[in-house]
Amino acid sequence: MKRTILLLFLLLAAMPARAQDAFLAALPGLGGGFGAQVEAVGQLGTLGDPRALPILTALSEGRLLRLADGTLLIRDGTRLLNAATGAPVDVAEADTQRVTINNRVRGALRGALGQLQIISPNSAERLAAADAIFRARSAENVPLLDAALARESVPEVRDRIALALAASRLVATNPADKLAGITALGETASPQARSILLEARAANPEVATQIDAAVAAIDQRLAIRRAAETLFQGLSLGSVLLLAALGLAVTFGVMGVINMAHGEFVMLGAYTTVMVQDFARDIPWLQPWSLPIAVPAAFLVTAAIGAAMERGLIRHLYGRPLETLLLTFGVGMMIQQAVRLIFGAQNREVISPPWMQGTLMLPFDIPVTANRLWILCFSLVIFGLILAAIRMTRFGLEMRAVTQRRPIAAAMGIRTGRVDALTFAFGSGIAGIAGVALSQIDNVSPNLGTGYIIDSFLVVVFGGVGSLAGTLIAAFGLGVINKMLEPWAGAVLAKVFVLVAVMAFIQRRPRGLFPQKGRAAEA
Amino acid sequence: MTETRKITRRAALAGLSTALATPAFRPSFAQAAPIKIGVLHSLSGTMAISETALRDTVLMMVEHQNSKGGLLGRRLEAVVVDPASNWPLFAEKARELLQVHKVDVTFGCWTSVSRKSVLPVFEELNGMLFYPVQYEGEEESRNIFYTGAAPNQQAIPAVEYLMGPDGGEAKRIALLGTDYVYPRTTNRILRGYLNSKGITDADIMEEYTPFGHSDWQGIVARVKRFAGEGKKTAIVSTINGDANVPFYRELGNQGIKAEDIPCVAFSVGEEELAGIDARPLVGHLAAWNYFMSVQSPANTEFKNLWQAYIKNPRRVTNDPMEATYTGFNMWAQAVAKANTTAVDAVRTAVIGEKFAAPSGYTEEMLPNHHLSKPVMIGEIQADGQFNIVYKTPAVVPAENWSQFIPENANRRRG
Repeated sequence: MKRTILLLFLLLAAMPARAQDAFLAALPGLGGGFGAQVEAVGQLGTLGDPRALPILTALSEGRLLRLADGTLLIRDGTRLLNAATGAPVDVAEADTQRVTINNRVRGALRGALGQLQIISPNSAERLAAADAIFRARSAENVPLLDAALARESVPEVRDRIALALAASRLVATNPADKLAGITALGETASPQARSILLEARAANPEVATQIDAAVAAIDQRLAIRRAAETLFQGLSLGSVLLLAALGLAVTFGVMGVINMAHGEFVMLGAYTTVMVQDFARDIPWLQPWSLPIAVPAAFLVTAAIGAAMERGLIRHLYGRPLETLLLTFGVGMMIQQAVRLIFGAQNREVISPPWMQGTLMLPFDIPVTANRLWILCFSLVIFGLILAAIRMTRFGLEMRAVTQRRPIAAAMGIRTGRVDALTFAFGSGIAGIAGVALSQIDNVSPNLGTGYIIDSFLVVVFGGVGSLAGTLIAAFGLGVINKMLEPWAGAVLAKVFVLVAVMAFIQRRPRGLFPQKGRAAEA
Repeated sequence: MTETRKITRRAALAGLSTALATPAFRPSFAQAAPIKIGVLHSLSGTMAISETALRDTVLMMVEHQNSKGGLLGRRLEAVVVDPASNWPLFAEKARELLQVHKVDVTFGCWTSVSRKSVLPVFEELNGMLFYPVQYEGEEESRNIFYTGAAPNQQAIPAVEYLMGPDGGEAKRIALLGTDYVYPRTTNRILRGYLNSKGITDADIMEEYTPFGHSDWQGIVARVKRFAGEGKKTAIVSTINGDANVPFYRELGNQGIKAEDIPCVAFSVGEEELAGIDARPLVGHLAAWNYFMSVQSPANTEFKNLWQAYIKNPRRVTNDPMEATYTGFNMWAQAVAKANTTAVDAVRTAVIGEKFAAPSGYTEEMLPNHHLSKPVMIGEIQADGQFNIVYKTPAVVPAENWSQFIPENANRRRG
């Protein structure tokens, strides 16, 4: 009895000591070449020693430093800690060298961090860990995942762990495990699961038929999703076209001014976003709001410039479209060059807020990128607001009156000059708002506007000059058709096809999809 | 009181005139006419973003050389013209440099189409052009020296890396490019190379987009699908100019991580990354012959010279700037050796000229008018710099006629 207790005691004492030895023995490898790093990361992951977690996290975030004698340090804020002991060290950072990694090490790190984090008390970390193990997939992880699955209570995390388990079982040697893995993967609609199954197919000819069936099942689910994805991409492209064209739909569509500087107003809106963000950079509480603040700011800036342009230049040229075209074209070039002189020719960096980054999952697992979804919603909201402004406000009424029959409107006491200026400012301001949204998906450079001017005119003319609803339908229609053509025609040809189709359509119906009727159309 | 002030002013004037007359005030030169250096880079239009830095590099070198006493006892003088990203104008401006300004050497061009436009002018008037940008090869003019990479010094080693153990052993390659001559020729060479390595056409995806393309969602989704066929996939990007920012943003948003689908780019350097939030791109790759992060004494000298000249300690250097710097030094060495600036003599003298370049290697001008250069692969880091994960142990001689283009079978090899 005594001896047993003694033995047990010895065992207990020896176990952590051995683990610690292995832990310390694996550590120096992290500072070695890429091959040694991969090996050390793998060892630390399998050891499951929680002390490895901060070290591996530091390595993946580029915070692991090395002294000349090979000692590893972790940078924690401004402090430097010894990686092995966690004690603060007094060394100048200039004497250290950053430990660099490559993609292979990064892959190994993801797997090891997954192994270490699957027991984390934080469910988000467990979710990330399950995904990491799913990608890393190794038969060694099966017992680890089995245990994790048994104690997991959050359903979402459970699903992911089950998927990771299935993927890990697929590479196991046990045929029953393998089949279970295949069945579980076949019940998903995940492209990654499909990829893993196909990868396993060559190595496991004995279960090829099961794998084929599982892949076919996934393909069926993916086909529906793919169609939904294409539709979303088309709507997203349409929303960009809509945003770019809405301002023009007011200045050109309603007022009839051919404004070639429209693209430059969009560009100015994007630069306003950059300036608002630069301003908010030093004010922490303002930072997350910089984008929402940029929307009214861009509207005011571009509306003011638009009003000045209308009062100063354009109003002298009403009824002379050719001169207006040349004048606005020239003004556009001047704005572009002025921006180039003030801000430089280089692209300016625009920060995307966290809620506009990454991919969101819609129902039925349709992945959509967050920034595009926001822009789609934003464009519809702006469209609604414009429609409301024109239909329901006094200003909208006056605007319609002036554009339909100027002398009568003047006789009724409407100050037509003021309405002209306001309408043009309104259209320019909307272009500025579009610039805020486009800064999230395109380069903010002085050339930003040039890329959108042709598309904008295309949408407005195709939809029917003067018809806002036509602009909406034309934008989304062109977007969806473009994206449907793209997979089989390529990006260049798809655009050409769309242009040819619009040209053919305009030949038959010169007034677009929704021509204006009545006397206003002849004016 | 008045008297004193008068004297002081007179003294000051006298002092000033002495200072101006004193030769010690600036380097002294013999009375010989200055050596003229032509600078043929776009300072306006779409290419201004990239080419302005190269003009500044040449001006910096002219100033630097003058501070060292010029060349052959003569002062150097830069003649700057602006071809405005307009390809036919490049030929006109080249003619102006050679016939009106009678320049001794020209540094210029970025895009292949601009080089093709000036080539006949330089050949007709027997001028000398140093071209500093990586390109698709398939060219060799006696009047042009190519100091950027040929395809075997950039594209092929990069793909080799992707297919090797450190690059992730890619078995499928997506070739994405902008629709013009450089990406199309490079991808043709790459396809030949991949086929020779046993990668069939079914495992190669090739897509082109117009200049300035901004809607990448469809293409990136298709690459994801292409990668989901059970084989390790990598992207090779010859996307040029502005289209890169939305492309990388889409990669980041669709969650394509470098560990899963690495993307190696041939036209994205330190300057291009300045406009992007590089954090989601960490681990994606670029292949060049020089990175600003190279640690070598020559590079420290180059970076210090540049940041002092441009008066901005945060300005970055990049590969074409390094190629301009190396080309200028080789030309200066050849002029010193030939003891003349006459084009024919310098042309012979510059062949075989060696220079310890900022890349940390000694590069040599080969008889085929191209350089031997090291090849480096860098991973993008969060601060927009590159972490060099691979470099060739020695310099690689340029092969401007690619062996992977069937028509070149009968050509001599450089």
